Amino acid sequence: MSETPATLTRKDFTSDQDVRWCPGCGDYSILANVQKVMPELGVPRENVVFVSGIGCSSRFPYYMNTYGFHTIHGRAPSFATGIKASRPELSVWVVTGDGDGLSIGGNHLLHTLRRNLDLQILLFNNRVYGLTKGQYSPTSRLGMKTKSTPQGSVDYPLDPVSFALGAGASFVARTVDVDAKHLQEILHRAHAHKGTAFVEILQNCPVYNDDEWGEVEDKSTRLEAGLALEQGKPLVFGAKGARKGIRIERGIPSVVPLRDDADPEAAGIAVHDESYETPAYAFALATLVRPEFPIPIGVFRAVEKPSYESLLEGQIDEAVAKRGRGDLQALLRSGDIWTVGV
Amino acid sequence: MSQKRVEEVDRVAIRFTGDSGDGMQLTGTKFTETTALAGNDLSTFPDFPAEIRAPAGTLAGVSGFQIHFSSVHIRTPADQPDVLVALNPAALRANLGDLRPKGMLIVNSDAFVDRNLKLAGYHADPLPALRDRYTVVDIPLTKLNREALKDLNLSQREADRSKNFFALGVMYWLYHRDLKPTLEWIDQKFTGDVREANRRVLLAGHAFAETTELFPVSYIVPRAKIEPGTYRNITGNQALAWGIVAAGVQLQRPVFLGAYPITPASDILHELARYRHFGVKTFQAEDEIAAVSAAVGASYAGLLGVCTTSGPGFVLKQEALNLAVMVELPLVVVDVQRAGPSTGMPTKVEQGDLLLALFGRNSDSPMPVIAAATPGDCFYSALEAFRLAVKYMTPVVLLSDGFLANSAEPWRIPEVETLPRALVQVATPAGDEPFQPYLRNPDTLARGWAVPGTPGLEHRVGGLEKEEVTGNISYAPSNHERMTRLRAEKVARMAQDIPPVEVNGSQRGGELLVVGWGGTYGAITSAVEEARTEGFDVSSIHLRHLNPFPHNLGEVLRGFRRVLVPELNLGQLAMLLRAEFLVDAESLSKVQGQPFKVGEIKAKIYELVGARTPQVARS
Repeated sequence: MSETPATLTRKDFTSDQDVRWCPGCGDYSILANVQKVMPELGVPRENVVFVSGIGCSSRFPYYMNTYGFHTIHGRAPSFATGIKASRPELSVWVVTGDGDGLSIGGNHLLHTLRRNLDLQILLFNNRVYGLTKGQYSPTSRLGMKTKSTPQGSVDYPLDPVSFALGAGASFVARTVDVDAKHLQEILHRAHAHKGTAFVEILQNCPVYNDDEWGEVEDKSTRLEAGLALEQGKPLVFGAKGARKGIRIERGIPSVVPLRDDADPEAAGIAVHDESYETPAYAFALATLVRPEFPIPIGVFRAVEKPSYESLLEGQIDEAVAKRGRGDLQALLRSGDIWTVGV
Repeated sequence: MSQKRVEEVDRVAIRFTGDSGDGMQLTGTKFTETTALAGNDLSTFPDFPAEIRAPAGTLAGVSGFQIHFSSVHIRTPADQPDVLVALNPAALRANLGDLRPKGMLIVNSDAFVDRNLKLAGYHADPLPALRDRYTVVDIPLTKLNREALKDLNLSQREADRSKNFFALGVMYWLYHRDLKPTLEWIDQKFTGDVREANRRVLLAGHAFAETTELFPVSYIVPRAKIEPGTYRNITGNQALAWGIVAAGVQLQRPVFLGAYPITPASDILHELARYRHFGVKTFQAEDEIAAVSAAVGASYAGLLGVCTTSGPGFVLKQEALNLAVMVELPLVVVDVQRAGPSTGMPTKVEQGDLLLALFGRNSDSPMPVIAAATPGDCFYSALEAFRLAVKYMTPVVLLSDGFLANSAEPWRIPEVETLPRALVQVATPAGDEPFQPYLRNPDTLARGWAVPGTPGLEHRVGGLEKEEVTGNISYAPSNHERMTRLRAEKVARMAQDIPPVEVNGSQRGGELLVVGWGGTYGAITSAVEEARTEGFDVSSIHLRHLNPFPHNLGEVLRGFRRVLVPELNLGQLAMLLRAEFLVDAESLSKVQGQPFKVGEIKAKIYELVGARTPQVARS
């Protein structure tokens, strides 16, 4: 892959199309950060493909000055699979939402994650259907009142991180739309990961589900409501004077108060390690929900395993080495044949 | 060894029948391969239940394989077998009605015991009553087979499994087939006692037939006088898979198959999965939707995207196909049609998806549709589907069916350099000007294939309506109408780029034209040619292109006083012809999960041309 000329900037990744999300939508911040990170990745612009499904988030490709494919509802991971399996040298990004990715497209997301193609999947989770004007989504809280659930939703919600871990994803992270620094860091990590990188981005819908993630978007409450996951560091959260830690015993997490001068490890606080082969630890983290627990933000799991397309290319190389490059005439004449004379 | 009589015949049809666990498909396939090597023309019809192992001895579990072979040119597996081999009473009961009067009935007499008779629904042994109507040959197959294997270390169950090869040995003697190809195949396929058992019973069956008084006569079917060339035996699914491989070679682009297992299309996936050394990528998806979506993704990325399915899967693919229509990407979708609606009869043939292919998507969604006529034609149809797809930047539907898929015929192997290539409509960067993804070739109206990885062609496409030329999202009323008409016009223009229909028969019109499409080619053509030989003014055409129709079709139709459209559905092409050309096309429908018999079409021809005493004649 050739180096990107140093002159490329955020502007080079910005298309000429007017952005048409609602004012205040979390998507603006995500778009700006993705456009900021793109020139830093060292991938030529023509080798970048953004693929999306249907929904507010799925308009994303139109605003990126790269190759872009706005496909059909829920199926973006499948189109991306075809693209990446066909052309492993391309950098393929999937943009989806909680409805697109986890409801109509749940099956494809599941199977794409387990196949481990070297894709980046960004799932914008605002816990509501925006484009169809405000119905509850598969991640909406139980009891949420919407146009389609005037008495409150009776569906139990699905957690995207648990879903990805359950599907065997090799890289699973969570970040926040307005936390530019963290979001950029996670985008870099996702791109660097060889295999499917799944990133849940907590995103605000100011029209139909405003302030759903306010506690972690707002800097003043983030320390208390969020749990920063950092490799090799103990699971500690809370402001000075109100520090707490997460202890995990027999797979069950609990919150433990911590004095400011206490050594968290000595107090039995878990030390974060994203590289466990088993997803059990990451799963325990994924069960942490408000208000009992802080929301973990960061990389839950990052393990290496061969990607689907590398295994597929390996089979092609192996077949060519063993049988030689395919010869059509020889194929047509293979097996039992006979000749009828003139 | 007593000297037995040898007779020469020009054609024979044999049907092997038994339980679905009796190996009838294998027996038929081996007989077919040997017959192909003997230089006969042939046509086969495997007919089996969807259940892998239906309850033994029942009618539901009967599996059959018919082969018609000859020294003259034939096009169908024959209406009525001359010989019926029935390994149990259920097989007899399910197939006897088709056996030619005075035909030969070979049964495994050991299987005609109370239990089996009851399972088949017989109250008494049916064989005594049949001896006047057929030449009944009772062979104690189970006993003879066990006898031949008694010193081998096989359980009785294992020994019994080879009795189909005993029967095959008998048939090889009866029709002077060479044992060698099958013996070689056994040596390659099996080891140890199983190899020995199969070899031994094949030879034992042959020797038995030679020495027994049951067969006073054996038959020779001379080599067929067919076009010179090198031939092989081929089924529709194999030919279709090879056509896809050939398209990759001819268009110099790797093939990407997205597929989900479905009867009767799965064999195409199996076959293509073996050709990684051609760069063929096969992707077994989690469902039909993912299969087509991945294939469209591959096409977007510059490969030859293709998917293979059958009716229920084809329905699921329609939304993704409509996206391919909208973004104007090349794609071939193969529908190996089977009897429906819904799950229907998965292993049985029907032509019920024509209207679905044409109109199964939301809004005006024009898509070229072509259909293969014979097993060997599946190869060329695949090449034609890709030619249209890449030249016009469009998804193309290729219709096959459950009969073509599994049926076999001798196929003249083409020279690769004679195979068609196609113009690939590639986009090129416009220098400093912004790239216009919906700029069109003025002749074909195709937009350029703008493949990721090409600097300067970065662009966005999607299912939203496009502005003409720029491809930007547009809700402008007049633009939508223009784009809708452009999409239709692009497909309509292909009519000038496909061969005109050729009339088989009266070139200047006449009394009756029989119009067919797809896998009914053999039966229709045979019926029409036989009727012409008898002096009737009847002609036929067979449509490969169903959308658009060949440009001369209307003119040809209007040249005939009556138009008959035989179809394995309730009249779908007939409806299209009536709508498009305002001709009084008459439908001949059959929806039994079985192909047309020549006699059925002939009877209708007789009726229409006013022949007296229409009779179902033997082909």
